[in-house]
Amino acid sequence: MFVPNADPDREAMLKTIGVERIEDLFTDVPEGYRFPKLNLPEALSEMEAYAHLSELAQANSSVRDLTCFLGAGAYHHYIPAVVDAIIQRGEFLTAYTPYQPEVSQGTLQAIFEYQSLMALLTGMEVCNASHYDGATAAAEAVIMAYHHFRGKRTKVLVSHALHPQYRATIRTYMQGYTQLTITGDECTDCDPLAGPEVLLRAIDTNTALVIVQYPDFLGRIYDYTELANTAHQAGALFAIAVNPIALGLLKPPGEFGADIVIGEGQPLGIPLSFGGPYLGIFATRKEFVRKIAGRLVGETVDQDGKRAYVLTLTAREQHIRREKATSNICSNQGLMALASTVYLSLLGKQGLRQVAELCYQKAHYAADLISQIPGYTVCSNAPFFHEFVVCCPKPVSEINQALLEYGILGGFDLSTDYPGLKNAMLIAVTEMNTREEIETLRDVLEDISHE
Amino acid sequence: MNIPAELKYATTDEWVKVEGDVATIGITDYAQDSLSDVVFFEAIVSVGDTIKAKQQIATVESVKAAADINSPVSGEVIAINEALADSPELVNKDPYGTAWMIKVKMSNPSELDNLMDAAGYESYCSGREH
Repeated sequence: MFVPNADPDREAMLKTIGVERIEDLFTDVPEGYRFPKLNLPEALSEMEAYAHLSELAQANSSVRDLTCFLGAGAYHHYIPAVVDAIIQRGEFLTAYTPYQPEVSQGTLQAIFEYQSLMALLTGMEVCNASHYDGATAAAEAVIMAYHHFRGKRTKVLVSHALHPQYRATIRTYMQGYTQLTITGDECTDCDPLAGPEVLLRAIDTNTALVIVQYPDFLGRIYDYTELANTAHQAGALFAIAVNPIALGLLKPPGEFGADIVIGEGQPLGIPLSFGGPYLGIFATRKEFVRKIAGRLVGETVDQDGKRAYVLTLTAREQHIRREKATSNICSNQGLMALASTVYLSLLGKQGLRQVAELCYQKAHYAADLISQIPGYTVCSNAPFFHEFVVCCPKPVSEINQALLEYGILGGFDLSTDYPGLKNAMLIAVTEMNTREEIETLRDVLEDISHE
Repeated sequence: MNIPAELKYATTDEWVKVEGDVATIGITDYAQDSLSDVVFFEAIVSVGDTIKAKQQIATVESVKAAADINSPVSGEVIAINEALADSPELVNKDPYGTAWMIKVKMSNPSELDNLMDAAGYESYCSGREH
């Protein structure tokens, strides 16, 4: 480990804090885990490493090699070349946190523009500088609601149609909140295709937050007005997880009376890249501005009256009052937030709407074709955006294996997360799927069912 | 620096005004001056809550810092100054008057003996000046 301190310096520091050796600082880590033996091969030269990694990479099949109908929270959209060109500029390509406004105006303005765009898209009043991904943002929404009620409300209701990984992440984050119950998504004896009405009965005056998804994990679009009203009547907060592309077409969640809008920003100009880095969107109402996690950039004027951007409301940030902060994650996904900002500013309102419409139309064309194949049904009759559930004549794993032989990445197998949905596949269609691809999918699915 | 003679003071810079068994609590002129412009006030207890001495009752944020406000006495919260949420600047303008924060019905008035009088608080503050 390279630490530029001489031994006498270290000794002085250790003495000051009252320990004898550096190792004493790690006594909280169980001994077996402190210096584990790592099973690593011998070091390689750069040239060898490059060759080795290239060889490994060739074993991957990406969406560049396959026709993709897989979504389930991460989507294959077109990324204009300008997005990469801009985010790779050295001025932006930094992990530096812009605490010094005098040297960070570019980064700060980029984040400010991101916040403004997201507030507009979601119909909310304020948006933070971003989180790691949609799942993290969902967990932060739960934490914020819990703190908002100062722990006096101990129930969080999550929809069973919220992304399963978001639900798992929420539970991971809330492990230490022993008095908090996370419920509503136990779908042991319920109909997995039930709508949000199943949550209505469960809302009570002990509910801190109700959290749903829009479109939901199964691709369905619901009007959440009644649910939001019921939550508000019980004094609870209401959160909606969104797909930002869908908001190019659908009513913004701000109009349902959402208190918190979170979402996965990956569809906005960010590559799939094996699941990350992605972008966690977190927007809320102004009245909660001091309760949001993460950081916030504001616009002000300097002493000469010139426009300037600064990190604002930092008095509640974790570097100032760590133990009092809503969340101790202040990292934001600056570069990914920038990518989404470039993407949205390039497309504009009309462009985003066009992408959303293409997704919608192509997905409905695909659903229409698939529903005509004997043995296959589109088994949810709720309106959907660009993803839909297909009940298949065989296990999805078998169908996907067969599709791969035709160079098609099939839909998401729902049976693991929703045992009630055996042989059910979640198919996603975006603007990237051509008519030919959709028709080929239909033909292959039909062939498979005869095998 | 203004230190009214009729009040009691805590080392954490809260003042207490005693009327019968009711304690009105706010923060001192010294505290508001150290904080600079106050931009946010939030009570973190509700009317009806039972609190203990030294328990946090509110958060105040200024443009440069955030501070926790603690109750110098134990008892039941009987009033919260709702006006401060909308006008936090009152804390700077009128710390001993319109910017009172909460009223507590004391359960143990002997706790007042642990507090300083105006003279004690004045020397305590001057001891902190650098």
